[in-house]
Amino acid sequence: MGKVVAVTGNEAVANALRQADPDVCSLYPITPQTDIVQRFSSFVANGQVQTELLNAESEHSAMSAAIGAAAGGGRVITATSSQGLALMWEMLHIASGMNLPIIMPLVNRALSAPLNIHGDHSDGMGARDTGWIQLWSENAQEAYDNTIMSFRIGEHTDIRLPIMVCMDGFIVSHSIARMEYLEDDEVKKFIGPYQKVNPLLDLEHPKSFGPLILTDLYHEYKRLQHEIMGRVKNVVLQVSDEFGKLSGRKYGLFESYRLEDAEIALVILNSAAGTSKDVVDELRDKGIKAGLLKPRLFRPFPYVEVGQALKHLKAVCVMDRADSFGGYGPMFMEISSAMYQADGEGRKPKLINKIYGLGGRDYMPHDARKVLLELNEIAKGAPVGAVKEYIGVRE
Amino acid sequence: METRELLKWSAQVKLREKSKQEVRFEHGHRMCAGCGAPTVVKMVLMATEYPVVVSNATGCLEVSTCIQDYTAWKTPWIHTAFENAAATLSGVETMYRALLKKGKMPENVKFIAFGGDGGTYDIGLQSLSGAMERGHDMLYVCYDNGAYMNTGIQRSSATPLGADTTTSPAGSANPAGKLQVRKDLTRIMGAHGIYAAQASPSHWLDLMTKVKKAHQIKGAKFINIIAPCNRGWRTATDNSIELSRLAVETCYWPLYEIEDGKLKVTVVPEEKKPADMFFKPQGRFKHLYSPGNEGMLQRIQAEIDRTWERLLKESEQAC
Amino acid sequence: MKKWTELVPGAVVLEAGSSARFKTGSWRTFRPVWLQENCIQCLMCWLYCPDMAVKVVDGKMTGFDYDYCKGCGVCAKECPGKQGKKAIVMEPEGK
Repeated sequence: MGKVVAVTGNEAVANALRQADPDVCSLYPITPQTDIVQRFSSFVANGQVQTELLNAESEHSAMSAAIGAAAGGGRVITATSSQGLALMWEMLHIASGMNLPIIMPLVNRALSAPLNIHGDHSDGMGARDTGWIQLWSENAQEAYDNTIMSFRIGEHTDIRLPIMVCMDGFIVSHSIARMEYLEDDEVKKFIGPYQKVNPLLDLEHPKSFGPLILTDLYHEYKRLQHEIMGRVKNVVLQVSDEFGKLSGRKYGLFESYRLEDAEIALVILNSAAGTSKDVVDELRDKGIKAGLLKPRLFRPFPYVEVGQALKHLKAVCVMDRADSFGGYGPMFMEISSAMYQADGEGRKPKLINKIYGLGGRDYMPHDARKVLLELNEIAKGAPVGAVKEYIGVRE
Repeated sequence: METRELLKWSAQVKLREKSKQEVRFEHGHRMCAGCGAPTVVKMVLMATEYPVVVSNATGCLEVSTCIQDYTAWKTPWIHTAFENAAATLSGVETMYRALLKKGKMPENVKFIAFGGDGGTYDIGLQSLSGAMERGHDMLYVCYDNGAYMNTGIQRSSATPLGADTTTSPAGSANPAGKLQVRKDLTRIMGAHGIYAAQASPSHWLDLMTKVKKAHQIKGAKFINIIAPCNRGWRTATDNSIELSRLAVETCYWPLYEIEDGKLKVTVVPEEKKPADMFFKPQGRFKHLYSPGNEGMLQRIQAEIDRTWERLLKESEQAC
Repeated sequence: MKKWTELVPGAVVLEAGSSARFKTGSWRTFRPVWLQENCIQCLMCWLYCPDMAVKVVDGKMTGFDYDYCKGCGVCAKECPGKQGKKAIVMEPEGK
């Protein structure tokens, strides 16, 4: 079995990419992701992978080149953060519309302006409608595991979709944590060889990629894309199950923490979920029935399963590390949708939304405690004040 | 036979042989009648032995040659967006090298990107510069019709001085049309230390020779080819070749190449014709012949003369 | 028209040169007419035709492919002809 190490999230992800040994890596530096492509470049320079490196002159070109390379017919990786993802925006839709499995760690970082290099989820949430699969990771271990699984998921012949693996900038990307690596040959065997589907570089059968599609067919192509996205959930479960057998680490569509008999719960992504779990335990010790749900697969969003997992609760707070100005937080909108559709036998939890941790603002146990105690009051019948509220902010 | 006649004769023989080979660009495409761009593509592909992989920037050529199930391309072809034909192809070429290294591809596959002047001089300049600097083994061909023709004739940085376009219209406050001279992209590409050339479909042998030469050079190459657009130039449908010839003969579009940093003029017109011969037949310059615009015409001629003399001087020095 | 279930994912066009199934000849308002007696077989018409609509067999011009010719007239304009007489002339369609 694997080797226990103390590494940063970036190092863990870079090693997962090394173990996958992709054909092409197109790259462009951006904080806090740079460390990944830097490490990967040294793997190339030292002959630890057979990958061809492409040092693009922008993220837009890095994604364009990744698309060209993936269309060519081979395994492709890149990585980005924040402004880089924003610059790629146009090409993200093209990667998914062309059904090209590109693997991209996204080290979550705030968006300008004002300029900020620290972790929040504005970048990833902004890309939720691009047709990419999104897996979110709490810590270095999850980021590593998700990166390995992402090759199997994205390249699966039922779907063939690009996939971003998200982890929190600095908090996870640059903090050293204990985790466990799988052996190189185990990963190689698990991921398997790349399977080509309609490769552009098939010289005997020239194909055209990227036609003009007008009103008479565009709608049908999008319907097909919707269909393919609908297959992702099962692929994720199947791959996660297989990965569990290999690693002993279990992954589903989301993580439920002390949720079954809970009355109140937080829904929270990534690293802040770890802090929150500690506080859930603390309140449980005091007799408060608290729980937590940490989404993993955010696109496609498992509405039915999440609805089922939360419907018995009395009050839920959806924590968003991103804001949709003029709207509720992006995660809150998903949970609201899930709950509206959920079969709650006429009873549904009260929902509130807190915006926390923007631009890397610390999220502390006392933040989680305050929110959970507020939920406890709501569960007991206290009225809901503001539905959406900033926390951890100087008033 | 005189040398010129002999050259013509040998060219004819070559053409006859060429006509027996398959052109990997099929009819049934939907470019406008008389468009210069498909002729440019055809000539470039005639000078390119298969296998070749093509990428295309969004634009007239792209939207007209691959619609739904109908593709005019008989080569692997990829279009992703407007500003990134070079970046996209650089990715394909990199994948090719990765697979070649593993013995999964044959040797000597060529790569060509086609982009219009908007997609090349303007929005795609960064992507092009990046790909050329990285030295991908690819040829970038710009078919330059001097404006954003696909969206309806808007000025680009390739639009000639004085041209009336829908975003540089000649009007009562500004009777001159476009007030700026063209960006000299061929030289900018030459400054990347790569093979860079300028060609015209009227001088097809020169064009094909440059394409062949480019393919023999390992690394990045750039050829800028004039491609008359009768819709945007406001001319008849039958004179794309004649206008491209006049562009060369007036020295508006000089034919030259830059190799190893040395510039060489490849076609010196027997007699340098006045700029009017290229400008006057085109509706986009009609306003320049109205009273009050004499200064613009002089400026245009002076600009052409200055550029041409500089090219000749550099070309002579290089010899 | 195709249903969504019949589409290739990623909108990849699998058949090279399939545009040949799309006839552009109906665009024409003028048609080129070949006068063989004036033809010197220089192949300039074939070379300059933007629509690959000049039929060449064994290196010789044999006529036009009216399924694709859009009638632009480039061939007629560029035709050098024989002793000042063009081998290609444009005539109004339907004449």
